Amino acid sequence: MAETHLSPRNIPDRLEGRGVRLLKSWESLLLVVACLIFLGNSLASPYFLDPWNLSDATFNFTEKAMIAFAMALVIISGEIDLSVASIIALASTAMGYAVQLGFDTPALVIVGLSVGLICGVVNGLLITGLGLPSIVVTIGTMSLFRGLSFIILGDQAFTGYPDSFAWFGQGYVWWVFSFEFTLFVVLAVIYGVVLHKTNFGRAVYAIGNNQTAALFSGIRVNRVKFTLFLLTGLMAGLASICLTSRLGSTRPSIALGWELEVVTMVVLGGVSILGGSGTIPGVVLAALIMGMVTFGFGLLNVPGIVMSIFIGLLLISVIALPILWRRARRRLAH
Amino acid sequence: MLQDTTTSRMKPAIALEGISKSFPGVKALSDVSLSLYPGSVTALVGENGAGKSTLVKILTGIYQPDGGSIRVADTETTFPTALSAARAGVTAIHQETVLFDELSVAENIFLGHAPRNRFGLIDWKKLNADARALLHRAGADFDPTIRLRDLGIAKKHLVAIARALSVDARVVIMDEPTAALSHKEIHELYALVERLKADGKAILFISHKFDEIFRIADRYTVFRDGTMVGEGLIADVAQDDLVRMMVGRAVGSVYPKEDVAIGEPVLTVSGYRHPTEFEDINFELRRGEILGFYGLVGAGRSEFMQSLIGITRPSAGAIRLDGEILVIRSPSEAIRSGIVYVPEERGRQGAIIGLPIFQNVTLPSLSRTSRSGFLKLANEFALAREYTSRLDLRAASLDQDVGTLSGGNQQKVVIAKWLATKPKVIILDEPTKGIDIGSKAAVHAFMSELAAQGLSVIMVSSEIPEIMGMSDRVIVMREGRIAGRFERSELSAEKLVRAAAGITEAA
Repeated sequence: MAETHLSPRNIPDRLEGRGVRLLKSWESLLLVVACLIFLGNSLASPYFLDPWNLSDATFNFTEKAMIAFAMALVIISGEIDLSVASIIALASTAMGYAVQLGFDTPALVIVGLSVGLICGVVNGLLITGLGLPSIVVTIGTMSLFRGLSFIILGDQAFTGYPDSFAWFGQGYVWWVFSFEFTLFVVLAVIYGVVLHKTNFGRAVYAIGNNQTAALFSGIRVNRVKFTLFLLTGLMAGLASICLTSRLGSTRPSIALGWELEVVTMVVLGGVSILGGSGTIPGVVLAALIMGMVTFGFGLLNVPGIVMSIFIGLLLISVIALPILWRRARRRLAH
Repeated sequence: MLQDTTTSRMKPAIALEGISKSFPGVKALSDVSLSLYPGSVTALVGENGAGKSTLVKILTGIYQPDGGSIRVADTETTFPTALSAARAGVTAIHQETVLFDELSVAENIFLGHAPRNRFGLIDWKKLNADARALLHRAGADFDPTIRLRDLGIAKKHLVAIARALSVDARVVIMDEPTAALSHKEIHELYALVERLKADGKAILFISHKFDEIFRIADRYTVFRDGTMVGEGLIADVAQDDLVRMMVGRAVGSVYPKEDVAIGEPVLTVSGYRHPTEFEDINFELRRGEILGFYGLVGAGRSEFMQSLIGITRPSAGAIRLDGEILVIRSPSEAIRSGIVYVPEERGRQGAIIGLPIFQNVTLPSLSRTSRSGFLKLANEFALAREYTSRLDLRAASLDQDVGTLSGGNQQKVVIAKWLATKPKVIILDEPTKGIDIGSKAAVHAFMSELAAQGLSVIMVSSEIPEIMGMSDRVIVMREGRIAGRFERSELSAEKLVRAAAGITEAA
């Protein structure tokens, strides 16, 4: 009895040290998986370990991961944005149209980012201003934004981007490090700091856990949510610039289905689809895993249909694993 | 062990022996024993966190004990699942009854064991007829085909009881069944308990209200800090003894209201109205004062308080704080001005149960603990430690999720959260609802201390002893209007009830 009685005057800050918490985390499991896949890939194909091949592999995930960081915040806050791929298409279409009008590269970047931002504002206003559920709003704008691209483009494609524009998707900052990969790293750090080290990030977790209590606690819930949708729009615009630059052309079907891959990445990263928990390091690891798997399959000449089956299985296990993981941890805790 | 002539010869319907249960950092139950006898009501009393809920969860198969035995009708058994407990005849009626809003009353009663016709399909005619009979036995004669969500909380309890009768339970656990009931409904519930007793059920009755324990219980068992500290016959015990066993110390004056010199007006509310919830609210709140707001449930008190902090917008009216006119459009503006509201619904509006204690405490004060928008964890832990220790919080660590704490300790976290903002005016909405005597006393003592330090307190409460014990002045609300104002010297329970119910003074 005496040793179990808790002294009210002396509550420790934490029971477990940093190391123990890290070991028990979903992220360390992801790290093990990432290492295993890396090992498997390097054993399966002699070409995998080549620095330039690895550099090429990063293009599989960098654009999606940029959006995934912002999406992680949206999902942690208990919302979702399914319109991101359509924002890419609309931003790309707008840039293609601007090319026809003779815009130069800096102007194209501004067009791409602005369209992303405006789409984010539309989502944000519908969700926070009118109080509509984000899943319904963004399914609607998903059709709307891509529909606009189809109307403008029909079955045509915009090409003829200026040579200097190609740098965003094809340029290298230093040695094998592409502009896209560098951007991915910088954004990972920024989003990691914002989510884990700022008041804003804390507000995101509070909203995702209990929106009403967060409001009563003086969190400006609508303002935070609006900012989050603005950010996913902006990131989709940024991804659109990179993708359009890499492909050198715009078709209305560009980035079709990416919203699900982005959500998969976020959920694989340990973000609860119900909101309230998850980390940016987890999303970074998930991006690396998905990129390496796709690239490894490519090197082994695995047919596309097997790849899509694998992505399907990954999606289901991604939803199931965190739940089983938490259940196992709870059982351990008892 | 205390024995009496009736139960010593009787075999217990269920007997727990030497039950222990630990959670990380907390020993919830250690070596407790409990026997429930047919046709007898046993009251289980103890502070929040004493282990009552854990025991109920073990009895209903939700938790597995680490040690000890369970015997049903003299046969040793285990309850590995909720279903096995139900099969053994143990049924629980919870504070928030677990029923299905979208199903009909009859479906709720027979869920999982509905009568079938010869095709294996549900026999609706028999289902509804049987449900009607069971409801009648439970003393309720309403239509079993209506949907559950159209019923009030009291009638939902009756449905839960009818369900208990349908599975032919031997042991009925009632976990604070009267917490949400009106006076009349409580009396109906007492009658029902008598009927269950007459049917030979063994009843475990968990309650914080001593008057009802002494009214309906035959036996008592007292838990403190996870151990059993006393049991016996209600007839042999006095209320003071029970309180002493529960808290392990003599409780001095129940309401530690200090006499404080009341200062100048801090908050002035004039002409506050809302299209549907309240109208014509005028009052002054002075420094060091505790102003009680009494009224029946639904009198518009919470709605009015929430309009003061910007959750709802009044259609007209003005607030002055320290003489200056204030417009509050959101809780964040209210916090910055120094007006905070501790909401009534702890789980929904107060605590964020998925976040750790320290993050709950610092949430409205982040601008103070952080530097230019960046979190400073050391400051957060320091602030959380300062306020939780002032409220005598019991927890394993400040990093523990609030959801793992008992109700009383969750309330302490919520109050600590608001005090940490250093408010000028604190509005406490039913601050001691559903929490145990020990936590209640801590909250009351703390309120008194706050007022003595010059804080102005508004306390919304539906408990007359609390209102009379703690308030310097009382405003009574009825149907959205102020129905009476009383100074402490002229307070009486009768006046409060008359004003709240709208009964005019007898000639």
